Amino acid sequence: MAGGKEITGKIRSIENTKKVTSALEMVSASKIRKSQDLMNATRPYTRMIRRVMGHLSKANPEFRHPFTVRREETKKVGYIIVSTDRGLCGGLNINLFKLVLASIQEWRGQGAEVSLVTLGKKASAFFKNINVEIAAHAHDLGEKPQIEDLIGSIKVMLDAYREERIDLVYIVYNDFINTMSQRPRLEQLLPLPETDDEEVRDIWDYIYEPDAEALLDTVLVRYIEADVYHAVLENLASEHAARMIAMKNATDNAGDLIDELTLAYNKARQAAITQEISEIVGGAAAV
Amino acid sequence: MKHTIQCDIVSAQEEIFSGEATMIFATGSVGELGISPRHAPLITQLKPGPVRVQRPDGDEAFFFVGGGILEVMPHVVTVLADTAVRADDLDQAAAQRAKEEAERALQDRTGEVEVAEAQARLVEAVAQLRALEQLRKQVKRR
Repeated sequence: MAGGKEITGKIRSIENTKKVTSALEMVSASKIRKSQDLMNATRPYTRMIRRVMGHLSKANPEFRHPFTVRREETKKVGYIIVSTDRGLCGGLNINLFKLVLASIQEWRGQGAEVSLVTLGKKASAFFKNINVEIAAHAHDLGEKPQIEDLIGSIKVMLDAYREERIDLVYIVYNDFINTMSQRPRLEQLLPLPETDDEEVRDIWDYIYEPDAEALLDTVLVRYIEADVYHAVLENLASEHAARMIAMKNATDNAGDLIDELTLAYNKARQAAITQEISEIVGGAAAV
Repeated sequence: MKHTIQCDIVSAQEEIFSGEATMIFATGSVGELGISPRHAPLITQLKPGPVRVQRPDGDEAFFFVGGGILEVMPHVVTVLADTAVRADDLDQAAAQRAKEEAERALQDRTGEVEVAEAQARLVEAVAQLRALEQLRKQVKRR
């Protein structure tokens, strides 16, 4: 029976692969839910800090914080790139990096330099092969990312912006739309886009402790940190969703392959039997 | 006339408390604060410490915040709590770490990283296979 043994060996190895991919699929499916819950838990903070920011800027219309002032000339652009630590999640990271590369090329075309902060191992592994400055990096954020792990990387960007070494900061991440679709997004983080959604009935002023400018600064930094944190969570949910889909496809493909191989195996077996019978018949006739 | 005020305590990671309060105590950057309904509008930084909320039913709720911002508006008190204790030099150290991490990531030879990654993935796959095998045995036994 020629080929039979090789085919069964192959079938067995594909079956093992299928077990792994379907296990990964189930693990990701359960993690999507958890990361979505984390994402929803950040909403109240964002809503309230926006409200406080609105109040502060309405109460101090004459004071312009550097984070809100648009620079006339853009000499250097910063990117905070949120990626995953692990692979096996389809084209999630690559689609994101393509978007970044296109934007980098555009800015370089206008004579601006580029600086990156990478979150997640995939981003640093990808961008270090390209001639570009990586100012800071963080990885292993885990299933439940903590804001503490992001503070350092964000501060590197904010300091560079404050010292006018960087004039524009983008944040790039995968937006979780639903389980089936995630969209790479590139958003401007600094200078902060104007917010005008706050309805204020009366002009009033606060009692400030210690003073308005220091408070506004703290509020803005917290706001940016919350924004980046939210992006990390969106990306995490996207990662699990993308991995689930990728693994589902892999499992399906493995199933198809097994079917085909089983068919090939049965044919080979049948051919061997037929051949044996005809040999016996031929042998008997010769006697 | 209302003798309570809405109090919301949130951190970037979760909503901590939301409800009516008759009195709120916190540690501001320039001193202890006690806020009762109809307090004047105020905004202040908080020091790491406890926030106490007195409920209308006489209960008292305690929360520890690692700093943050407290805003008093005519109808609502908002506490934006930090999840971590923050100080300039601590933040500076974190930034330094992030920079060093970037240098390390750049220096790592591709080979090493990829081999380590592949090994990690192999271990994970084997572990999952074993778990699956056990699960299947259990199902068969049933």
